[in-house]
Amino acid sequence: MELLVASGIGALTAAGVYLLLRAHTFPMILGLTLMSYSVNLFLFAMGRLAISAPPLISDGAERYADPLPQALVLTAIVISFGMTALVVALSVRLRFDSGSDHVDCTEPLPVVPDAPLSPESAERQ
Amino acid sequence: MVGHLVIAPVLLPMFAAALIVALGDQRRPSACRAVSLANCMALVLASIWLLVWAVSNEPAVYVLGNWQAPYGIVLVLDRLSALMVALTSLLSVATCWYALRGWDTRGRHFHALLQLQLMGLNGAFLTGDLFNLFVFFELLLIASYGLMLHGGGVARQRATLHYIVYNLVASTLFLFAAGLLYGVTGTLNMADLSLQVAAAPIEDATLIRSAGMLLLVVFAIKAAVLPLCFWLQEGYRSASPPVACLFAVMTKVGLYSILRVCTLIFGSDAGAGADLAAAWLLPAGIATLAFAAVGVIASRSFGMLVTYLVIASAGSMLVGVGTFSQGGIAAALFYLVHSTLVVALLFLLAGEIARERGALGSDLLPGPALAAPVRLGVVFLFAAVAASGLPPVSGFIAKIGILQGVQDSPWAYSAWVAILVSSLLTVIALARAGSMLFWRAGAGAGAGAGASASVDGVPATAMVPLATVPAASFGPVWLLVVALIALTAGARPVQSYLDATGMQLMSPANYVDAVIRPVQSDGNEEINVDGDRLRAGQPPAGTTSAQHSAYRTAL
Repeated sequence: MELLVASGIGALTAAGVYLLLRAHTFPMILGLTLMSYSVNLFLFAMGRLAISAPPLISDGAERYADPLPQALVLTAIVISFGMTALVVALSVRLRFDSGSDHVDCTEPLPVVPDAPLSPESAERQ
Repeated sequence: MVGHLVIAPVLLPMFAAALIVALGDQRRPSACRAVSLANCMALVLASIWLLVWAVSNEPAVYVLGNWQAPYGIVLVLDRLSALMVALTSLLSVATCWYALRGWDTRGRHFHALLQLQLMGLNGAFLTGDLFNLFVFFELLLIASYGLMLHGGGVARQRATLHYIVYNLVASTLFLFAAGLLYGVTGTLNMADLSLQVAAAPIEDATLIRSAGMLLLVVFAIKAAVLPLCFWLQEGYRSASPPVACLFAVMTKVGLYSILRVCTLIFGSDAGAGADLAAAWLLPAGIATLAFAAVGVIASRSFGMLVTYLVIASAGSMLVGVGTFSQGGIAAALFYLVHSTLVVALLFLLAGEIARERGALGSDLLPGPALAAPVRLGVVFLFAAVAASGLPPVSGFIAKIGILQGVQDSPWAYSAWVAILVSSLLTVIALARAGSMLFWRAGAGAGAGAGASASVDGVPATAMVPLATVPAASFGPVWLLVVALIALTAGARPVQSYLDATGMQLMSPANYVDAVIRPVQSDGNEEINVDGDRLRAGQPPAGTTSAQHSAYRTAL
């Protein structure tokens, strides 16, 4: 179980970082969401992984799960939900105000030195 | 006794924000303005009270909900947090006052966001719990996103998007670090973390140190330390002047957190986590200072120049903090107070200059003559002298302090060179900017205006028409000037307060004892007899820690 959870967190984070670096608003938001999922799982796992252990005092329970990480995860979920909503709203607004969904509001120029420039980018220069 | 007043800096802005939203800034704008300004002034009064109290007392602990530390959340008022709260309150008055001139009507909810931002800032300075620090960080950040967007325009939106994404990644890292520390030590209370990290077995050292370094990265992002400072320039430059004035204290939150965590949790007695940051902060500060000096001299607008001065101040403070000596920390704190005030003053000044120059903004190009060149010029001269660290203003005292504080460290030579050369470059850049803005005015205005209208982030149409400045609108600028003069004249008492602050930070045992103290006998609680920490406020908490050790052995 530990291996599964740990590699799951790792895969989510890696995918999140990759998407974040795409520098377009939609993949970037997905990347941020994946990273917040991975950190929530991580926080949860920091309370140790235990099966059939209730977090609250109950009769007949031999062991208890740590309730604090669950409370932390709840807080983190609420915050990341609000933040995601804000980023989505801002990205949509920026997309229509600037006409591009690149985070810099303009597609970067081609990196190949002698590639022909498109008419717009040549104009911009 | 301060009692409930400790939580006032958090609660006052919260209720003020709720009241302002309820009043509605479209329906009753003047009532909202009155509430906002009155609350900022109330915060100043409360924080002065707290500051006076902190001078003569050990740290005061406010136990929220009467859940004893380390289980409940505590607010801790010591000299450092009292100082930061007072500084924030003073700045909030200047911000709010300046915004009343008309900036607050350029978008909605300016005053509500301002109050929420103050709540987040004060909470971050007062809290004694690592996860609570995260929550207050998020609170101040989400308010700052709204404030940074205030006024609208594509340039602001783009800068804010970058700022948000940068900070969301930082928040994720913060959660990883906090989770890791909790997983290893089983606590999030900073005083308790200090004990647990010191007592941690050596095989946990790697995990603890990784978590500590992650925390340091997060705080370095907030403080704008060199490889992590690139979010700052565009964001601060495109923010409206009153917002930028308040943001002068935002990078100081990062520095405050570095100082708090590195002295309290990862100090020199911290066992597995000892001296975590000692090898990193000084060189990082020197590099930041060098980078900022190049940026200052290369800036092509006055607004941009000031943002590099913000980064330079972060570098200088880090040099002082990085010595981890009482003298170095005290000097860095003096520099913190001084640089916050002077940067806020410069942002307001940049706003005034940009407003008078219309489409040209604060670009360093020959422009139209200013309407009030003498008044602006005198304040500019004063601010430039203060910012570059020339005598007789407080910047000189602050820089001397840092130079003296760092002289015993192995990095002393590099630090001296970095500070002195960056001061020289700042003098040159500010002199050049001043002569361009004030002396080359009136020449070639037409050509310059056309060229830069699309360059500057602030849309020209959003500017107030070139009316004469009402006398009252210059009030917040004078407020900051007077504060700087007072800091210079009262340098001796301030410095002795800060020396004691440095002393308090270097002996974290006082802080820990104040938070985790023997619980007073209350019938169902026990008194600490033999020095062992007793877990008060038991049921769920006691089982948690028992479970923890059970898991430990099981794993």
